[in-house]
Amino acid sequence: MLLFGQTVICGILLGGMYALIAIGMTLIMGVMKIINLAHGALVMVGMYVTYVCFKEFGIDPYLGMFIAMPVLFFLGCLIQKYMINRLVEVDSILPENQVLLTVGIMLVLTETMRLIFKSDYRSVTTSYSSSTVMLGDMSINLPMVIGFIIAMAFTFLLHLFLTRTDTGRAIRATAQDRDAAIYMGVNSPRITMITFGIGSALAAAGGSLLLPLFYLWPDIGHLFTAKSFIITILGGMGSTMGAAIGGLVLGIAESLGATYISMGYKDVVGLVIFLLVLLFLPGGFRSLTRR
Amino acid sequence: MIFFEVKNITKKFGGLAAVSNLSFKVEEGEIFGIIGPNGSGKTTVFNLISRFFPLTSGEIYFKGKRIDTVPAHKICEMGIGRTFQVVKPLRRMSVIENVMAGAFLRTSSMGKARHKAEEIIEFCGLERYTHREAKGLPIPLRKRLEIARALATEPALLMLDETCAGLNPKESEQAIDLIRRIRDRGITIIIVEHIMKVMMGISDRILAINFGSEIATGKPEEIANHPEVIKAYLGDAYA
Amino acid sequence: MKTKNIIYTAIFVVITAALPLFIKAPYQLHMLILVMMWAVIGTAWNLLGGYAGQVSFGHAAFFGLGAYTAGFMIFHFGISPWWGMLLGPIVATIISIPIGLICFRLRGPYFALAMLALGEIFRLLFINMVSITNGAKGILIMPAITSKVFYYYVGLAMLLLTVLITYLIVHSKIGYYLVSIREDQDAATSLGIPTTLYKLLALLPSAFFTGLAGAFYTNYVAFIDPHIVFNLSNISVMVILVVMLGGVATTWGPTVGALIYIFLGEIFRTTLGSANVLVFGVLVCLIIMFLPNGIVGELDLIKRICTRKKESLSGGV
Repeated sequence: MLLFGQTVICGILLGGMYALIAIGMTLIMGVMKIINLAHGALVMVGMYVTYVCFKEFGIDPYLGMFIAMPVLFFLGCLIQKYMINRLVEVDSILPENQVLLTVGIMLVLTETMRLIFKSDYRSVTTSYSSSTVMLGDMSINLPMVIGFIIAMAFTFLLHLFLTRTDTGRAIRATAQDRDAAIYMGVNSPRITMITFGIGSALAAAGGSLLLPLFYLWPDIGHLFTAKSFIITILGGMGSTMGAAIGGLVLGIAESLGATYISMGYKDVVGLVIFLLVLLFLPGGFRSLTRR
Repeated sequence: MIFFEVKNITKKFGGLAAVSNLSFKVEEGEIFGIIGPNGSGKTTVFNLISRFFPLTSGEIYFKGKRIDTVPAHKICEMGIGRTFQVVKPLRRMSVIENVMAGAFLRTSSMGKARHKAEEIIEFCGLERYTHREAKGLPIPLRKRLEIARALATEPALLMLDETCAGLNPKESEQAIDLIRRIRDRGITIIIVEHIMKVMMGISDRILAINFGSEIATGKPEEIANHPEVIKAYLGDAYA
Repeated sequence: MKTKNIIYTAIFVVITAALPLFIKAPYQLHMLILVMMWAVIGTAWNLLGGYAGQVSFGHAAFFGLGAYTAGFMIFHFGISPWWGMLLGPIVATIISIPIGLICFRLRGPYFALAMLALGEIFRLLFINMVSITNGAKGILIMPAITSKVFYYYVGLAMLLLTVLITYLIVHSKIGYYLVSIREDQDAATSLGIPTTLYKLLALLPSAFFTGLAGAFYTNYVAFIDPHIVFNLSNISVMVILVVMLGGVATTWGPTVGALIYIFLGEIFRTTLGSANVLVFGVLVCLIIMFLPNGIVGELDLIKRICTRKKESLSGGV
């Protein structure tokens, strides 16, 4: 029972941080209607920025993320404006060319980092890395708790941003109906660019929070792309709340899976669930509540 | 045997009924018009007949066979063709290839399909554009192409969705002429349009709907003077 | 027009068939063999992705199934892996039927994602079912034939067969229906086209020839493991890029793409060292942004621009 409780709590904490990354993806998907296969690579770049801040300048990762976020915001804006946005004018036979472009971007980001940092596994060790918090009989890793709290704070702030500010409302309007939003005077190219920037910044934030918990190497991006996909599909594309719930579900499922199912088949189970949700619940969990 | 019959069909999207308890019959060889203000459910009726969405309730019969249970692609095979209000040309195919894609329903031979397509392209007055890509055509020609493509499937019943919308008076007149000539080929036509003038001139009988239900059915002049129809189009003050 | 095509094809066949008379170096032959193999995979993918517009991110599944079927011939049954050249494609085709029926329920990017997930499921299954597949250790075979010239001709025969069958499909009713589905699925349905059936008719040969290439790979390279033959980025994604590079929905585009991919990749590897994948990635982005339908795909456009310029010149004089 103790093991079970600990497993579930770890899952929830981890899931909260995954959710932050996935919200970034779902925001981009909602507004741009594209699948961004470079999202995990953006997480990875964000992690490297935080890592460099820590290694070179001794900045704590939880502070470093405030450097990584604006850096990734600008990177995201640039990618959207000068690469993805260009495809609007391109007459391609394959309608999925935007997806393919994000694959190209993923390659470029991953290989750039490999060139700079090699394929070595890196990790961040701080004075509190191995500290634990006691919750009854259960001992929980401290960086997990901090990470979860910050992730929840960011999710809440984002929610306020999306519902209370003009820019936030414009983003939601564009996600719902781009044409209608344009008629209402929304500067849609600018909003799209900002959305991609915010999505990237959230990816960086989530990555930085996970930095003390994961080994970092250039290919870690794939892992996060896969995770945020599963979460986004579970939660329904474009839904912030759905992504938050999807994140928690994935975190718990993964945590339970690692404890109770053999390591080898864990990923198979995840992918099969992903496929089933894609086929039978196209709107994610939300389609359950609507029935 | 009734040629085409719609019996008490209803379609709900969520809680909203786009079409409710609508019934009508179409006789072989006539041009049957459906009119109604914007959002009254005209296009939904077409989408229900061509099985783009399932019915919530009701039945549809064509030549004595029930058709609201067959897969969408079978509808065309049974002899019901359609065009779309927002035209859907096969963009990267030439005009003749578009029409051939329709003609292949009745033949597998390239030669026969091409021959048939050429004949229909000429019938629709598109011969000057035979080898042009569909994505480069202006709207009036795209609408014509939609009709040509549907004709190539050899329908007994053709459903035309807003063929004249967005056309200038001269183009409209040409379209009406084309519709008449299609009828002269022995094809029954159901036409949806919200331009009253077009409908009055061309239809043998008209069904007027609003909020997805029938207001009136009858000859064009009866419909034009029907108080409920005038109210639906112009508001209470004019009725 | 048709006779012109036949003449070009005949010239191509004669040149490629005579090539080993001039190129004797095993290294260069090796590259050409890889080109043939990739051209086969690309042409097969193009039928489903380019013509029918169903972008699959999971073709590694069919490649791997073909490769492993050939591997199993010797590993389980002790017979020549060349039997895999016959059985591999058949296995891949049979497995593709349920895959198609599942994934064709989805459209566009959702289809792409479902295929991606399926491809990964196969990789993980083959890693984990150690008793059947030998897991991550893979299967090593002792090739009976080592002459590169032999593999070259097998590869060439495979390529010609694939291109011929694809060409015949595309230039028939099926081809028209596939392109119609790609251009507008609703319009296609309204013309009486059973879309799922025809997508399946594109998937079956696509899986067949991809499986054939997989079986050939096992015989030629003589070692397979799940990470190699079910690889997402090196097979599933790479084949899309090969097709985009050469020409989407064109007969010879994938072959051109394979030629460029293999030789350019080799040049990058030898001259750029560790930066080669990065440069390749940059190239990918540039192609998608500026030549989205590939080199052969944009030939018409390039030609049209050239002729238009000439016309305006003569008009000026």
